[in-house]
Amino acid sequence: MGKTLLKKVWDLHTVRQLPTGQTQLFIGLHLVHEVTSPQAFDALRQRGWKVSRPDRTFATVDHIIPTIERKRPFLDVVAEDMIASLERNCRDFGVRLAGLDDDRQGIVHVIGPELGLTQPGMTIACGDSHTSTHGAFGSVAFGIGTSQVRDVLASQCLAIEPLKVRRIRINGQLPPGVYAKDVILEIIQRLGVRGGTGYAYEYAGDTVERMTMDERMTMCNMSIEGGARVGYVNPDDTTFEYLKGLPFAPQGDAFERAKQWWRSIASDADAVFDDDVEIRAEELKPVVTWGVNPGQSIAVDERVPAPDEVEESQAISDALDYMGLEPGRPIAGMKVDVAFIGSCTNARLSDLREAARIVKGRHVAPHVKALVVPGSVGVSKAAEREGLADVFRAAGFEWRGAGCSMCLGMNPDKLEGNQVCAASSNRNFKGRQGSPTGRTLLMSPAMVAAAAIEGKVVDVRELLN
Amino acid sequence: MGAITQIQGRALPMRGDDIDTDRIMPARFLVGVSFEGLEKHVFEDDRKAAVRPHNRHPFDVGQYQGAKVLIVNSNFGCGSSREHAPQGLHRWGIDAVIGESFAEIFFGNSVMIGMPCVTAESADIRALMELVEKRPTIELAIDLAAGTCMAEGFMCRVSIPPNARDAFTSGAWDTTGMLLARYEQVDAAAARLPYVTGF
Ligand code: SF4
Repeated sequence: MGKTLLKKVWDLHTVRQLPTGQTQLFIGLHLVHEVTSPQAFDALRQRGWKVSRPDRTFATVDHIIPTIERKRPFLDVVAEDMIASLERNCRDFGVRLAGLDDDRQGIVHVIGPELGLTQPGMTIACGDSHTSTHGAFGSVAFGIGTSQVRDVLASQCLAIEPLKVRRIRINGQLPPGVYAKDVILEIIQRLGVRGGTGYAYEYAGDTVERMTMDERMTMCNMSIEGGARVGYVNPDDTTFEYLKGLPFAPQGDAFERAKQWWRSIASDADAVFDDDVEIRAEELKPVVTWGVNPGQSIAVDERVPAPDEVEESQAISDALDYMGLEPGRPIAGMKVDVAFIGSCTNARLSDLREAARIVKGRHVAPHVKALVVPGSVGVSKAAEREGLADVFRAAGFEWRGAGCSMCLGMNPDKLEGNQVCAASSNRNFKGRQGSPTGRTLLMSPAMVAAAAIEGKVVDVRELLN
Repeated sequence: MGAITQIQGRALPMRGDDIDTDRIMPARFLVGVSFEGLEKHVFEDDRKAAVRPHNRHPFDVGQYQGAKVLIVNSNFGCGSSREHAPQGLHRWGIDAVIGESFAEIFFGNSVMIGMPCVTAESADIRALMELVEKRPTIELAIDLAAGTCMAEGFMCRVSIPPNARDAFTSGAWDTTGMLLARYEQVDAAAARLPYVTGF
């Protein structure tokens, strides 16, 4: 009987079975950022522990940094203190840091892959739930809390329970205007925001096989939004092509040997899965969320639910109430105040290219504040070289520095009052974008671009020529 | 760390499915280098939004002050991995959470900080919420080893995965020491991995 990638990677990284019944799992790469690490480093200091494997640890700053003026010290003294504390911790413990003035800086889930730190067959941990992103390379990547960050810093290991695997096969050709973001939003909608609890999601099928690494990352990124802590895609030639020549990827002969091993960790053809789901790509449409969790979504040409028609009506009417939506109205035409293209879900070069394609030769609606926040300095520079930044600026978008920005309310980029934001990010929770009454509509970057231009939710397919 | 087998005290029912950690602890309170003071901001935005008198947020209801057990519905703690959420609840005074189900990362974080999350049947949660809403001063006792939740005139089964239960009842829920105990085995495991040895 064949094995899944998850099982193979799990077995290879098992140090021992713990007395608690959990597995002690070796972590191949630990990514660190400023928000979830200070208390963990403090715990190490208190107990006189070192960072066990600084060579397998890499830090950057992303969550709290301003995206307009990056000059130090920051105006926000607490934020300044957090950055200074990460710098001190990295210096004291010998951890590599891509800080604010480093060309490698960016959102942790964007830079790991683009630097070649993220590789197939690895176990990866980071104090951030979207660590699942790295699974796009065929790694097993977990989001963890601060106490576990302490564990990994001190021991390079996690104490963890095994996961089941659900294979989600997507087959067929995606229609124009329908992107990886729409696929994953559809999956979350169908399987529910709790559907993935206890599972790793393996994304397979010919649609996924044709996807670029950027697209696979978008899919894996939002696994956690479906309750699955881990999401992954089997590594293949697309993966290897992406990795070739990246700074931390193996070079020369080692790369060829690595490829052999990477291939060997993919799920076997006769692997057995705990659950299997299939989705037809041709049937999919651009998706928009209407509610306050990422599972509350519909196709852009549909109407928001009317609570008495369906079960769970209390949750639905609460969500509609918060969003200020009349039951049963079409989502298209909903006015937006802010358009945000950014985040670890959708702020990579190909996302910006796709959005720029919509924006080019058009202009942002007068009442809309629109911003593009590249996922990393690397993405930003590449986009500037290609002229994408100019396209966005000419259309009335603000072109910002790399960071998490308006994905969450931890830095100066926040919604105000009950503004409605068309966002390419991953969470539409109440208050997520920094205003307790702010409203978020999740969609693909191309759909955000279209909403920025029209000033309301529109079907991006109408703008594609 | 000390063992935890029983949690006793008054309870606080918090209705709703899929309550995410952004609601439990809004992101702006994560700006800071320690967990101290987070108890002041638990559900802050939700609480400010619940202004109508008959719509008080449970965390602001006088009778629930001092509660030790939080009663929730399903998928509690979904979303962001921020440990600040369980830290805030625990520092507020919550020593255990009982609910229909929990999001995985929240559950794990709570174990790490010594705040057990136990599950019970939906019907039992419903009954328990009603009971506490009717009699806010009633005392609950959750027994991890026996797998029960009891109150005057009420009893239900609760469950917690055996690993987590044993961690609490043996006091082994602080994991770092355990992970460091056989460090030679960690080195050995690393040495077997092609990407560690340079292929
Ligand atoms: S972009 Fe958003 S989801 Fe991604 S790491 Fe930053 S805050 Fe988290």
